[in-house]
Amino acid sequence: MESDRELVENEDIEVELVLDALLKKSDYDYRNYSRSHIKRRLSHRLTVSGYNRYSDMIPDIIYNPQFLNKLLSDLSINVTEMFRDPSFFLELKDKIFPYIKTYPFVKIWHAGCSSGQEVYSMAILLSEDNLYEKSQIYATDFNREILDVAKRAIYPIDTIKKYTNNYQQGGGQNSFADYYIADYDSAAIIPSLKKNVLFSFHNLVTDGIFGEMHVIVCRNVLIYFDKELQNSVLKLFYESLVPGGFLCLGSKESIRFSEVEKLFEVVSSSEKIFRKRVC
Amino acid sequence: MAKYDVIVVGASAGGLSALEKILSGLEKDFSIPIIIVQHLSPDSGDSILSLLKKYSVIELSEPCDKEVILNNHVYLAPADYHIMVEKDKTFSLILGPKENYCRPAIDVLFETAAEVFFDKTLGILLTGANTDGTKGCIAIKKFSGTVIVQDPEEATMAVMPLGAINANAADFVLSLKEIVEKLNFYIKES
Repeated sequence: MESDRELVENEDIEVELVLDALLKKSDYDYRNYSRSHIKRRLSHRLTVSGYNRYSDMIPDIIYNPQFLNKLLSDLSINVTEMFRDPSFFLELKDKIFPYIKTYPFVKIWHAGCSSGQEVYSMAILLSEDNLYEKSQIYATDFNREILDVAKRAIYPIDTIKKYTNNYQQGGGQNSFADYYIADYDSAAIIPSLKKNVLFSFHNLVTDGIFGEMHVIVCRNVLIYFDKELQNSVLKLFYESLVPGGFLCLGSKESIRFSEVEKLFEVVSSSEKIFRKRVC
Repeated sequence: MAKYDVIVVGASAGGLSALEKILSGLEKDFSIPIIIVQHLSPDSGDSILSLLKKYSVIELSEPCDKEVILNNHVYLAPADYHIMVEKDKTFSLILGPKENYCRPAIDVLFETAAEVFFDKTLGILLTGANTDGTKGCIAIKKFSGTVIVQDPEEATMAVMPLGAINANAADFVLSLKEIVEKLNFYIKES
């Protein structure tokens, strides 16, 4: 009878082997993600498939494309909404827009943009403050399917009520209905908001610097990474920002536990907005 | 040596007044970290945090992702995030799928804590109208930890405590007053 510790250690070995197989087979590297989170998602797939051990999944990962796709979608979390955490958007207008107003042009990077709701929220607020015309938004994700959803910008109609609420609380000045065209069961974001948005594939784990950004928005993406990977991605963000550029993280994220802490000043501690120090 | 290295607490309907009673009754020098999942609606912000802060004799906060678990501290899972314990005794806050229709879910906290703290895990399951937490209590037992369940007779909602009792995953069934006494006794003992 293995001891409790042994049992967990053995499972850890199995999970590592599963992640290695996944990397070799799919190019998706989940080795430096939050291990508890990954184990939980794998455990869900384990239960659904009726397997006893994590390692039982390895042949399926290699030989069964359908299983592989299911597993990859288990591991892909895309929780987002328009103006999620409205208080962040109020702070964005209050603390960052005054600087943006003084720039001749603005480059904004939404890293891990998922299905695009946050990108269009930014676009709406920029356009309401007459800043959209001089802005270029780069929206990236490592999931090609979700990037297509973001480009299409068609969302289920039943989300609109929530989005409208968020918009009103997040500093919206007009009617949210101005920004989408409703159809039977979906709402399409108006094309003018897409004009200055460039969607592209970028993997935070393996790809390099995205240069000379004035603002980087990466909210609730780093939470899925372990400390080490968070640290390297935060360094990537630091390198990608102009001096005085802004970094916006999710409300429960922090740079306190990373090497870049001293390289940023805190602009908003409640909304996790930081500014790259000039010297 | 303290008997336990972590105390995880789960509560749902009626949980706030139960948590008030527990947090206000603890000794000031209560050194074991306490991590709480109280079910709440996704947009409840930090209203519950400020409420519980008023009653807690020990410092209480909502942790950030990757924050280190400290002794003499009470942690409250923030609205709409699952709270998990990592091997290096830090928190992960994740927007993973809801479990038992809940985020934060009690099972997520209890199961991840049990795999890190093993027999040094004490789980406390309080009042609630659903069975989130049952699987978590089973996991704590599986890894040789201890489970206390609020007496269903006393609980505002008996479903949650009964879930763990019916699964044979409760070591003790106690009233809130007895829970506070037991917790303070553990501290004195160490």
